[in-house]
Amino acid sequence: MNNIERQTSYAAGEDTIAAIATGRAAGGIAIIRISGDRALSIVDEIFRGPDAPLSKVPANTIHYGHILDIDEVLVSVFRAPHSYTTEDTVEINCHGGLYAADRVLSACIEAGARPAEPGEFTKRAYLSGRIDLSEAEAVADIISSDNEFSLKNSEKTLSGRLSREIDEYRQRIIYECGFIESALDDPEHFSLEGFGNRLLSECKEWIGGLSKLSASFQDGKILKDGIDTVIVGKPNVGKSSILNLLSNSDRAIVTDVPGTTRDLIEERVRVGELTLNLIDSAGIRSTDDVVEAIGVEKSLEKMKDADLVLFVCDRSRPLDENDKKIAASLSGKKFLVLLNKSDAEAVISVEDVQALFQKNAGQLPVSSSSLSENAAESDFAAKSRKDSMKIIDFSARSADGMQELQEALKALFLSNGGQKRSDGEVLLTNARHKYEIDSAVRSLTLVMKSIESGLPEDFYTVDLMDAYSALGRILGKEVGDDLVEEIFSKFCIGK
Amino acid sequence: MAMDVIHENYDVVVVGAGHAGCEAALACARLGLETIIFTVSMDSVAFMPCNPHIGGSSKGHLVFEIDALGGEMGKNIDKTFLQSKMLNTSKGPAVHSLRCQADKQMYSLEMRKTLQHTDHLALRQAEVCELIVEGEKICGVKTLSGATYYAKAVILCTGTYLNARCLFGEVIEHTGPNGLKAATHLTDSLVANGVKMQRFKTGTPARIDGRTIHYEEMTPQYGDPVVVPFSWHTDPATVQKPQELCYLTYTNEKTHELIRNNLDRSPIYAGIIEGTGPRYCPSIEDKVVKFSDKSRHQLFIEPESLFTNEMYIDGMSSSLPEEVQHAMIHTVPGLEDAKVVRNAYAIEYDCISANQLKLSLEFKNIHGLFSGGQFNGSSGYEEAAAQGLIAGINAAMYVKGEEPLILDRSTSYIGVLIDDLVTKVNREPYRMMTSRAEYRLLLRQDNADLRLTEFGHKVGLLSDERAAYIEKKEEVIQKEIDRVDSVRVGANQRVNDVLTSLGSAPLGTGASLAELIRRPELSYESLNSLDPDRPDLPSDFANEVNIDIKYAGYIDRQKKQVEKFKAVEGKLIPENLDYQKVPSLRIEARQKLEAIRPVNIGQASRIGGVSPADISVLLVYLKSGKYLKEE
Repeated sequence: MNNIERQTSYAAGEDTIAAIATGRAAGGIAIIRISGDRALSIVDEIFRGPDAPLSKVPANTIHYGHILDIDEVLVSVFRAPHSYTTEDTVEINCHGGLYAADRVLSACIEAGARPAEPGEFTKRAYLSGRIDLSEAEAVADIISSDNEFSLKNSEKTLSGRLSREIDEYRQRIIYECGFIESALDDPEHFSLEGFGNRLLSECKEWIGGLSKLSASFQDGKILKDGIDTVIVGKPNVGKSSILNLLSNSDRAIVTDVPGTTRDLIEERVRVGELTLNLIDSAGIRSTDDVVEAIGVEKSLEKMKDADLVLFVCDRSRPLDENDKKIAASLSGKKFLVLLNKSDAEAVISVEDVQALFQKNAGQLPVSSSSLSENAAESDFAAKSRKDSMKIIDFSARSADGMQELQEALKALFLSNGGQKRSDGEVLLTNARHKYEIDSAVRSLTLVMKSIESGLPEDFYTVDLMDAYSALGRILGKEVGDDLVEEIFSKFCIGK
Repeated sequence: MAMDVIHENYDVVVVGAGHAGCEAALACARLGLETIIFTVSMDSVAFMPCNPHIGGSSKGHLVFEIDALGGEMGKNIDKTFLQSKMLNTSKGPAVHSLRCQADKQMYSLEMRKTLQHTDHLALRQAEVCELIVEGEKICGVKTLSGATYYAKAVILCTGTYLNARCLFGEVIEHTGPNGLKAATHLTDSLVANGVKMQRFKTGTPARIDGRTIHYEEMTPQYGDPVVVPFSWHTDPATVQKPQELCYLTYTNEKTHELIRNNLDRSPIYAGIIEGTGPRYCPSIEDKVVKFSDKSRHQLFIEPESLFTNEMYIDGMSSSLPEEVQHAMIHTVPGLEDAKVVRNAYAIEYDCISANQLKLSLEFKNIHGLFSGGQFNGSSGYEEAAAQGLIAGINAAMYVKGEEPLILDRSTSYIGVLIDDLVTKVNREPYRMMTSRAEYRLLLRQDNADLRLTEFGHKVGLLSDERAAYIEKKEEVIQKEIDRVDSVRVGANQRVNDVLTSLGSAPLGTGASLAELIRRPELSYESLNSLDPDRPDLPSDFANEVNIDIKYAGYIDRQKKQVEKFKAVEGKLIPENLDYQKVPSLRIEARQKLEAIRPVNIGQASRIGGVSPADISVLLVYLKSGKYLKEE
């Protein structure tokens, strides 16, 4: 069936849309904007805080809380028509890095929002008369150029493999539709005997493959965007030598990140498969000389903006109040402890560092060695293990511990602990792609439900074509008369 | 003494008395307008030059819709069918399709009789060869003899007759279908008035002498034991009658080899035919070439009329030379000794791209000139009749100074058909298919009356009584759906006995009646005994209740889609919009929009080559100029 629902909703502007409104500047505060009739109810599904639910709070108010277990946030609530788009709007200020912002956006989308099209907030603002009419031309330009950009961009970012894979699913889906429709059109030439079971197993296979693709999204994002990282530690623990090691080693690539605030992110360094966006590396370099000028306080500030904290301890000196302070503020963060100077004589042990956390954070520190013994973990223990630290013996001088650092990063950020992927495996990196794949999976699930509940074949086409058009949007392809074309080209119908 | 050439005055002139022309003329005359219909042959009114069916998948829907609006096709076939079959009964109700084998002779005669008994309608055998246009307005037509017929509106339904030529092998005949006179002058007049013409082709199989067929070698095909009429006018009792048989047989490798060896003698493969043919109605040559992996193709042998012994070979349209055709037919089991009565042939003809029309089927650049049928680039009797009816209604509305009847895609197959024709670029004769209707779960044969009666009544083709009856029907159905929704069924022995007897799993706990109706093996009707408060409803009412409850999930989804669709269709684009002035529109989109000049944002979004981003840009522009009118 010609699926024009998408275009309809596009023009009618009825969906609730979401996007990161602050662009890709890493390290700062990211704002996720959700606009539309369901903005409040969508955010209510993922927001926890003293003022929840947000649907009950007054307009133009700000509320503290958490988005699931992803990040600590401040949420601003605007009500129609007093918002940028004139629709109900929620803005989530999250101070984690890119990674956190992406996860918050994903959570919004899972709760029912649609990723905004390029220029869509502006378009809505415009169409509702919120923006001055004289800006018409500018807005049109934005929409058309953003679209062109994102199209070109998505052509580029779409790996050949991904588009081939998506295209293959589409072809298989429309072939089945073509078959059903040919049989409906010309029942005396085509029999649908046993077709339901065949389609059922195909749907299962498609859903399996597409779900795997969808699940690769977070990994794809991490691999593409990198992890916003801050290196903390009291003065003279070797932060700058670690920094130098990471950025000068032959395994590392040092680049400027265009468009980012220079004094926040200095370097992107490659550690194994993953990329770290080092925040405040300039700060570390300039302050290590002026030991007391910048204290631990400043580091703690920076930690808020990071997805990952590398906490450097010096094993040749005793732990002190500074270390305790840092350890205390790491609660709820992803972090790794680098027990630096493994080549020097040890004054403190791994257990000493663990004790630091036990006392201060009340968390259960588990070292890598004790993990396997703890076979019957409770859910809580499992969760705290995930959130808890890993301590790595490290030497910035000899590069000892690099391998372990790489593995620890993968375990922390990639699904399946970053187990090696097969060569052909495609990773998703675009939230919109994930959204469309997820909606295709939902449609295919409905097809299975229809088959299983004994609905006639003509109902299958409805959802199959929905899946087809969702996947098509990833490739920038519209449905048009594809189905009719398929019927004519693949099936011998008519008299 | 010299006499003046003939001058006559009418409200409406209809050119062509095929399936489109007949509906158009009847609609105008029934609406009280003085109407004259021209045909090149009085003996070929509502002639069926190709297959002998009315209806079939999606085409059956069109016939029900024509009937619901007050058209003639359904009534005519109910009076003249030889066999009737409801197709797709094992599928969902939305694709159930009624198809009849027509007695072609009777069909034509019956329609001619109806025309001749309709007040305000004159029939005339003459070739119309010229349009009289003054300024941008149609004023009438001239015939070959020089007679002038003035009219306020003219409807062109010339079918496949314009500059037609028929071909098989090396033979080319400059005739319309079946050797009838072609109309060779009108194209020039159309072109002179700025109408752009194109050339399409189609084809038809041979007819064979029924006495020379070995029926025992074929599988007989029976009609339904209980026949459902197309028309609400028809008393179902009158259509229960003995039916004729059709027969199924197959081509084989021998047939295919013969065809392959003689392909170079087919005018299409030899490049003699330039017209674009339909892919859905391939000639046997096309089938053998395109689907070479198939070792056989189905052929249906179907009666054409009780008054002739001619049988139609459904599935074997061809333009191969006569001797190849005959040899090829003789390879088919049952047709070994078949004698050909009429050869198969391909036909080429002039038609227009319907992009030149408004959704009312009026020409954009000539006021009062309307067109319908194959002239508009469609194919099929039912597609033609549907357009003819709408063109007729809208010519009448035009003459009366009233708003045209525009059926949108959410109301009907007719709406889909006309929107596709007018909006999209069609490179081959357009055929209706259920897959073209995006809201097909809502556009069923069974609810055509509920969907369309109000429109037929509003334009004046249906009586107040009919409209009131359908309004009442809708009310009763809705009331019953609401009632059923609240009925609970307990998990007791009596209930479970009934369920078991119907092959359905017994209940463990209580359930709603609606839930039970949704089980595939059950229905509203079969659960009658579990529903003591049920009112006594006519079966067509009960059928609607059943469908609405049984498929509620999907139906509700489509209803929501229709709401969205309506919202966009309501965003109108001013008729005189200068697309050159719309900034940021891509050149391709600008050209397409300029060519089609869509009336609303929804139609604009369906034009090939216009992207969602273009639509956004257009919306923004319209808003900025305060051009956008919300309906």
